[in-house]
Amino acid sequence: MIESIKSFMGWFFVTGDPMIYGADASIALASIGIVAVLTYFKKWKWLWEEWLTTVDHKKIGIMYIIAALLMLFRGGVDALMMRAQLTLPNLHFLDAEHYNQVFTTHGTIMIIFVAMPFIFGLMNIAVPLQIGARDVAFPFLNALSFWLFFFGAMLFNLSFVIGGSPDAGWSSYAPYAGAEMNPGVGQNYYLIGVQISGIGSLATGINFLVTILKMRAPGMTLFKMPLFTWSILITSVIVVFAFPAFTVALALMSIDRLFGAHFFTIAAGGSPMLWANLFWFWGHPEVYIVLLPVFGIFSEVIATFAHKTLFGYAVMVWSMVAISVLSFITWLHHFFTMGNTAPVNAFFSISTMLIAIPTGVKIFNWLFTLNKGRIQFTTPMLWALAFIPNFTIGGITGVMLAMAPADYQYHNSYFLVAHFHSTLIAGTVFGIFCGLHYWWPKMFGYLLDETKGKWAFWIFMISFNICFMPMYFLGLMGMTRRMYTYPAGLGWTPINVVMTIGAVGMGVGFIIMAYNIVWSAIHGKKDKTGDPWDGRTLEWATSSPAAEYNFAHIPEVSTRDAFEAMKEAERKGEADSKKPYAPIHMPSNTGIPVIMSAFMFVAGFGCVFEWYWMAIPGAIGVIACMIARSFVYDDHHFIPVEDIERTEAATGRLS
Amino acid sequence: MTDATLSLHEKDQSKLPLEYRTEEGDLRIVGFWIFLAAELVLFGTLFGSYLVLQSHTAGGPGPHDLFEIGPVMAETIVLLISSFTCGLSTLELRRHNKKGLIGWLIVTILLGLVFLGLEINEFYTYAVHEGAPISRSAFLSGFFVLLGTHGAHVTLGIVWIAGILLQLGKRGITTVTARKAFMAGLYWHFLDVVWIFIFTAVYLTGLVI
Ligand code: HEM
Ligand SMILES: [Cu+2]
Repeated sequence: MIESIKSFMGWFFVTGDPMIYGADASIALASIGIVAVLTYFKKWKWLWEEWLTTVDHKKIGIMYIIAALLMLFRGGVDALMMRAQLTLPNLHFLDAEHYNQVFTTHGTIMIIFVAMPFIFGLMNIAVPLQIGARDVAFPFLNALSFWLFFFGAMLFNLSFVIGGSPDAGWSSYAPYAGAEMNPGVGQNYYLIGVQISGIGSLATGINFLVTILKMRAPGMTLFKMPLFTWSILITSVIVVFAFPAFTVALALMSIDRLFGAHFFTIAAGGSPMLWANLFWFWGHPEVYIVLLPVFGIFSEVIATFAHKTLFGYAVMVWSMVAISVLSFITWLHHFFTMGNTAPVNAFFSISTMLIAIPTGVKIFNWLFTLNKGRIQFTTPMLWALAFIPNFTIGGITGVMLAMAPADYQYHNSYFLVAHFHSTLIAGTVFGIFCGLHYWWPKMFGYLLDETKGKWAFWIFMISFNICFMPMYFLGLMGMTRRMYTYPAGLGWTPINVVMTIGAVGMGVGFIIMAYNIVWSAIHGKKDKTGDPWDGRTLEWATSSPAAEYNFAHIPEVSTRDAFEAMKEAERKGEADSKKPYAPIHMPSNTGIPVIMSAFMFVAGFGCVFEWYWMAIPGAIGVIACMIARSFVYDDHHFIPVEDIERTEAATGRLS
Repeated sequence: MTDATLSLHEKDQSKLPLEYRTEEGDLRIVGFWIFLAAELVLFGTLFGSYLVLQSHTAGGPGPHDLFEIGPVMAETIVLLISSFTCGLSTLELRRHNKKGLIGWLIVTILLGLVFLGLEINEFYTYAVHEGAPISRSAFLSGFFVLLGTHGAHVTLGIVWIAGILLQLGKRGITTVTARKAFMAGLYWHFLDVVWIFIFTAVYLTGLVI
């Protein structure tokens, strides 16, 4: 009996590695610490009422961002472990198996649990405010999306200490990811964790599409929307059309692994190439899902701090539309080398290069916006300015990779790794840091410190170049992707040392940013006006942080840069007289989303271990929550006029 | 103010069907259409996978050996009739006739149950009597998962409509129950359309080619 328990524990928990014991201990300590602090300060009720059950888009946005920052930390530690292992030849800091797990979790976490949720967080905060709405179209669904993401991410991360991590890369290629070659639970964690959060992403796409199409303030026609809102509209369309394919791909591979089907196996007629096609049919649009929103952020920030209206607004919109369409017909460039005919490669080669045209147009529009602007070098503006050249390098190397014959050389080398980090870091990560600093006052009512913010920027940005510029040459010298160590004498060592130095520098930059967040929470400059940057769009028209109902009166819009126009009218003394308040109709909090997602977690965990005694009750719980929700009729409340008056008076907005 | 942003409050509401009369109802119906578009991609991916794998029988039974036109026609006719009765329920909804609405919805889910029974019987025959379970070949994996996904959707639809029936019984036809009944109707018709594709792409081509 004791023996069998022992052997079960040895298999259930990941053992034998001091780093993992360290992680076990720190997870246990952190959990005990959180429970203790919440209990000591009697904060459980507060946590439940203010956060876990909230349907307020602003709070959901904040939760997304906190979770994404934590995941960025984990993904960053993974990156540093890889860089430590590769610094010198023949190191044995990580063994081959462990290295495989680390690049897999790094890639998956960075894309699915950092880039996307961070963007979802920023759009939750900014989009309803930018369009002058009081919430998103489906607040309940919004909360559900967040909790599905959260529990999906938790499930994925659990693999580190329970059962073992996935190791087939973030692209999880068949047949290696199949049951035959990859027994154990690691790959199940990938499939099911990502699936759960993916369902949440699809729901977010639908939610924001409807929100933006149907809930804009009176007068805000589509071509008067702020560009960030435009970028989210287009991104939502991509999400709606790309994610279902991924849902299916993940489900099919899960069915292969759990129920012995043969979609992607080699035996019994399965087709591993079908996986590659399905994965990248989602995967390429996915990179635009994490890129177009930051194009939107940069457009806002550059216009704001150049104090000019954006150059070429309509062209900006149409180039995003063009990118979104093209993004669906380029997926095959990820496997030019995997046995396609020449005409097929030629088609995808050309379609990929075509994307450079609208992207280049956008770069020039940003430059023309800067031209003759009154440029103010704030922290968000620095991130935006650094984006332009650094991202352009990523874009140009992308065109090099798009040439199918040349890709036979570049494919799966460090040249590729450098390329996608140039786009993902200089694009997405610079963009989310930019948006974080820009909208921080709107989220919390105070500003992040500029000096520390600039230190973090310069250190991170320079280190990024130290790490990733030499990497292109390393790739050309022949070092391939996903190799866990290399022999001495190939001339790769100096570059690897430099890259690790750069990686550590990026870590330092991130820590300064984290320190800035803590420091500013205590000493940060308060934002009393709601408009700390002299902004141009409607989110700056309300107080910081915005009241629960966002706007006491729904604003009326007549031009682009609506808030700039309002301020202009006020300067001319044309501000319209105040109207009386009316009670505001708002959605009520609900515990169903978090409970339902927790059941999803239980069901998912059961599936990972093929414990159907656990999976089935979990699934029943999910369905019970859906039914319970269907019978809830009283899910709204009214905010009375006195409360509105009190809130507005407190922010000095009552006149 | 331009036309494009005119909100529903300002339209003449009494001319609209009940389910569109509140802003919330309108938003949800638009959202549901978008959800159906996503479902279309989902089924499209499953169809694509099935068609790729259709000929990969790995020496096991193929479409010709398994499919029989009789049971398939029965399933098709039952589901088509259920779509028709579901349409009748929406007509009754528009006439604010609670009894008619409830009656036709009950007929619809009963037909749905018959369809499911036939389908389960078909699956059982293949998997147990014909030696063709999901793990036999890539073709069978594709077949069971495509049809199974459709069947799971039908099951969910039955549970959903049953829930709506309870709410209709308790509350009568309101803007909210009307919206739910209308959306469930859309969903049901959508599943019918998917079935027509299954009938063509899986059974007809399977029997002919
Ligand atoms: C702190 C900065 C970062 C460093 C030092 C870093 C480093 C690395 C390294 C060393 C690899 C593995 C290369 C290999 O062995 O093939 C890798 C892979 C990868 N990284 Fe990063 N990375 C960083 C940030 C990011 C970010 C922000 C993202 C995405 C938003 C990202 C996405 C990926 C992906 C998708 C892979 C591929 C994983 C796979 O091969 O399956 N990385 N990174
Ligand atoms: Cu791509």
